[in-house]
Parts: sequence; C-alpha cells; structure tokens
Amino acid sequence: MSEMTPIRAINQALHDEMTRDGDVVVIGEDVAEGGPYGATRGLVDDFGRDRVRDTPISEGTVMGVAIGLALAGLRPVVEIMFIDFITLALDQLANQAAKARYMSGGQLRVPLVVRTQGGAGVRSGAQHSQSLEAWLAHVPGLAVAIPATAADAAGLLIAAIRTDDPVVLVENKAMYYRREEVPDPLAPVPLGTAAVRRSGRDVTVVATSRLVAESLAAADALAGEGIDVEVIDPRTIQPLDEETIVSSVARTGRCVIAHEAVRAFGVGAEIAAVVQERALDRLQAPVLRVGAPFAPVPTSAPLEDAYLVGREQVAAAVREAMRW
Amino acid sequence: MARHVEVSSDLARRLLATMWLCRAFEEKVSELIANNEISGLVHLAMGQEGTAAAIAAHLDDRDLMFSGHRAHGHALAKGADPSRVMAEIAGRATGLCRGKGGSMHLVDVAHGFLGATGVVGGNVPNALGVALAQKQRRTGRVTVVFFGDGAAQAGHFLESLNLASLWELPVVLVCENNGYAEFTPRSAHTRVERVATLATTYGIATETVEGNDALAVHRAAAPFIAAAREGKGPALLECLTYRMRGHYEGDAVKYRDAAELDVWKAKDPLRILERQAAEAGWFGDADARAIERSARARVDEAAAYALASPWPDAAWLMEDVR
Repeated sequence: MSEMTPIRAINQALHDEMTRDGDVVVIGEDVAEGGPYGATRGLVDDFGRDRVRDTPISEGTVMGVAIGLALAGLRPVVEIMFIDFITLALDQLANQAAKARYMSGGQLRVPLVVRTQGGAGVRSGAQHSQSLEAWLAHVPGLAVAIPATAADAAGLLIAAIRTDDPVVLVENKAMYYRREEVPDPLAPVPLGTAAVRRSGRDVTVVATSRLVAESLAAADALAGEGIDVEVIDPRTIQPLDEETIVSSVARTGRCVIAHEAVRAFGVGAEIAAVVQERALDRLQAPVLRVGAPFAPVPTSAPLEDAYLVGREQVAAAVREAMRW
Repeated sequence: MARHVEVSSDLARRLLATMWLCRAFEEKVSELIANNEISGLVHLAMGQEGTAAAIAAHLDDRDLMFSGHRAHGHALAKGADPSRVMAEIAGRATGLCRGKGGSMHLVDVAHGFLGATGVVGGNVPNALGVALAQKQRRTGRVTVVFFGDGAAQAGHFLESLNLASLWELPVVLVCENNGYAEFTPRSAHTRVERVATLATTYGIATETVEGNDALAVHRAAAPFIAAAREGKGPALLECLTYRMRGHYEGDAVKYRDAAELDVWKAKDPLRILERQAAEAGWFGDADARAIERSARARVDEAAAYALASPWPDAAWLMEDVR
C-alpha cells in the first residue's frame, strides 16, 4: 500500500494504462495542460500531443470524436471538466455511444471512457456543482461508476479502460485532495461490485461518493448510541450490485440510502425500489432516502451548507429507521 | 484518347449500375411499405442516387463511410449486400444488424460502412474521430460522411468543421443539399445559401457541384479524396440535388408544388447519366435497359430473401446492450 490523493491516483492510473496499452489516448479541454485539478498533469511529457489531445470548448463534438476513435479501435479517455457540461455531450453519449453496439447487432464496439466530476461544497454555484449521475444510469448501454475512494477512483478507471463498452466515471471534486491508502501497484476494480465499507447488524446504509465517508462518520457516532450500522458503497450505479445490497438488508431489516444528488427521481429511488421488490418480507422499517433538496445548488456559503446533506442527515435517517 | 473513352465508359456503366440498384431498391421498399410488409419510419433518397454512386466509386472496403437517416443508397454503394439491407429494413433476423438497427441505423462493418444515424448530422463528429484514428495510425484510409443541408444548421456541425480543419483530418464531408430540411425549405432556416461557404470560413477546401450529374460529382470528389489520402486535410463537397419523395414514406408533401418536382424529374440523375453515355457513344439505351433489368432482378431477389427470412428471436432483445 502507499498513500495518495484520488487525483494523484487517477493520474497514476492513466499513466499506467497509457504505458501498458498504446491504444489508450486522453482527449479533452486543457488535458495537455493537466486540467484544472491536475488529473492529466505530466501525461503529455511522456506520451505526446497525439495521445494527450487538447480540444476546443466543444463538448458535444469532442465526445463524438472520442466515440469515433473508439469505433476505430482506440481506447479514448475523454475528460468533461465538470459534469454540468456533460449536458452538451448527452446526444453523443445517449444516442451514439450507448447504442452503437446494440443498433449494429454487435458489429460495433465503443470502448469509450468518460471522466468527469461533480459535487458541491466549494461555493462554485449551480452550474459547476451538480450531481447528474442518475441521468446517465437511465440510459441502457452506459455504465456509470461513482468512486468514493482513491483506490476506487483509480481501480474503476483502469477497469473502464479495459472494457469494450462505454463507461462514465463520476468523480467528486471535494474529495480530490484527501490522502488515502491505495494498493501499490494500482489494481482494477471490476464494474458492478459493491464494497462493504463497514459491517453492522442494525441498519444498512447504501451511500455513494462523498456520502460514503459521511455515512461512516455517522456510523461511528451511532455506535455510541448502540446502533450498529453497515455501510455499503455500490461503486457503480450501472450496473448495480443488487445482491450485496439486498443480502445486507435481508440481514439488517432496515435500509437508508444516501447520496449528494437531489433526492427526487434519484439513484436512491431505484435502490429503494430494488430493496422493496426483493426483500419486502425482511424489512422492519420503510426504506429511507437522504439526498439534496429539490433546488439548484446555491453559491453563498450558508445557502450551500443548508443544501448539502452529510453525516447529520444520515444519522437522523438511521435513527428514524430504528424507531420501527 | 481511346483509353480515356474506355475508362469513362467503364465508370459510367459502374455508376449507372449502382444508381439503378439504389433506385430499384427504394422503389421496392416503397412498394413493400404500401403493402404493409415493411413498417416504421423510412426515408427514401430517390433522386439523390448520383452522389452515393459517385463518391463510393472512389472508395474500397477499407475506406470508411457514415451517413444519415436517408442512407439506403450509401450502404448499397459501399458494397452492402442488398438482400441483407432489405432484410434489415424489414426487421428480419438476417438483416445486417440482426433487425436491431432498421432503415435509419444500417451498419456494415465488413464493407467499411460504419453507420447511418437517425440524429441529423449526429455522426459527423464520429466520422472525425474515425478519421483522426486513421491519421494517427497512418493508414492512408479516407473517411466520408454524408449529411443533408439540414445538418449544417446544427452546432455540432460547425464544431466539426473547426476540428476537421484544426487537426487536418483525412475526412471528406459530403453534403447532399436537397433544398429541404424535413418539411421546410432551406431559405426558412438560414440566410446562408450554400453549405460550402460555412466550410470556407474554416479554411476547408470546398466545391459545390450539380449533384444529379454523377460524373461531375465523381470528378469533383477525386482531388478531395486524393488529398485526404495524402494527409492534406479535409474537404467539403456540396452536391445540389433533390429528394423526389417526401421526407419519409407517408409524407403527403404538401409543402412543395408539382411544378418544382417536374423540374427536378427532368434532371433525374439516372436519365442524365444515360444521356451522357449515349451522347459520348459509350453505350446506348439497350445497354442502359439491361443494367436496369439486372438491378431490378437483384432487388426482387433481395425482397424475396428479406420476406422469407425469419424474425429475430425475442431473446435477442437483451443481447449487445453492453
């Protein structure tokens, strides 16, 4: 093991994969300059401007070009600087990347990786802070990974690069600079496998991205109240590791789902539906969801703090589940 | 001179054969739709056969091609088996895409036809990416993408012009300007009369040509395709043509008058090429009719194959999702 921030782990994973496979290319705005967070820093020095290709601010067409590269057999990793701007590339993602293999009866493959980041908490306002992963998970043909640790940010990226179908990785900007343990060397994390972050008997908390660490903090606090919380991180929301979630809830009888995205029509709703479909007879309490209020992300500090959900909301939901 | 005549005669025969195949094929598709033997949303390119044949005549299986929603002719010209194209349009298991693509999403990787799309101009960026891969791998292959004048008003089209130019991509953008975007004449959508002028702004080589004159299209495309192969960057060829049918089969076409259609019927690309061949002394009407008969026979065979083919197995629904 070694210590690394998620952003450094992502950078190392890109470097490792580009070294391993000459077909891996990085493309996006400012990627040769390292990008605003440094995910692609230094790659151009080792791999040159053909493999680390800067683009104009044309997200839709850049996504389309990356899909073309993938159709031709390369393995592009396209960076969309903020997930808020993936809106501009949704046509390419949903209508071309996600459907090419299916519509062609399996003749075409699109080994495309999209790296992007979302999340609030850094006073960046409504157009640089969203959590839009649920949109992407709703499109058959796309895989959506949402890493919560440095090891997973790198490991899911490596697995995505080695996959022959499109994968979108939704990182979280607020977590980029935490120092964490990562395996040395970095290792792939298979898509569709959840991680049990903490074992517990009383309540299952299914949390994604930033809410994983928040849920673990809540679990520590709740342990003092005699509530034993299990925390599951799905790691990919599409495909979703239903087995791990359902078997946990079957043991605990209670389920809370926590994510940063707005609660309404979110990933939590899907997981809640899966749990009640598959484990209704084991449930001792309603499945509860923790998520943001149905509002854009405000910029001003007190407003954004009021918007964000965290350990307190998770703890409150767990206590609510325990009332039953 | 004799050699020139021979080459031209041979080319004219090849182009005419492809064009009659496309025409006969789409007449058959129209007939099968009328008989409820083909369903769904189908867009025909009758009247535009000259561009498909002329461009494809410059390419081989290793060159790559994309097209839009009016793509039957492009796929056929690129070498796709008419029987499997017809089966795909009819939704059968033996179709190019096992019935999962249909008329708007034909793909034939074996012949370098990487796909038609139902999103107007939506795969122009994909063509650029494929071209970029060819450039980086120094394959010498050219990528062609067909689109209509309607695509030229899309933001991603202008972004694509910029990138094709910036990266000097080996791509030839072929605009079939048939004067209508769906049901609306070009003049109602833009003050830019010629799509080629948009590309000129980005320093892309362009030419606007009579699209119903297949030999003229073939001549105009030649230097562009050669330049792309030699790594000299992209080009845009604008072919002025006309869609003899409506936007889709079933369109009542109330937005244009019969007189306009008559003008363009007189400029039918097949008749133009047959007249050119006769005037040049390459071949006469008897040969042209033999070419037509042969195409119709091939299409009858394709239709029979398609309609006799099994439907896809319901289990295929969940195959190739990812």
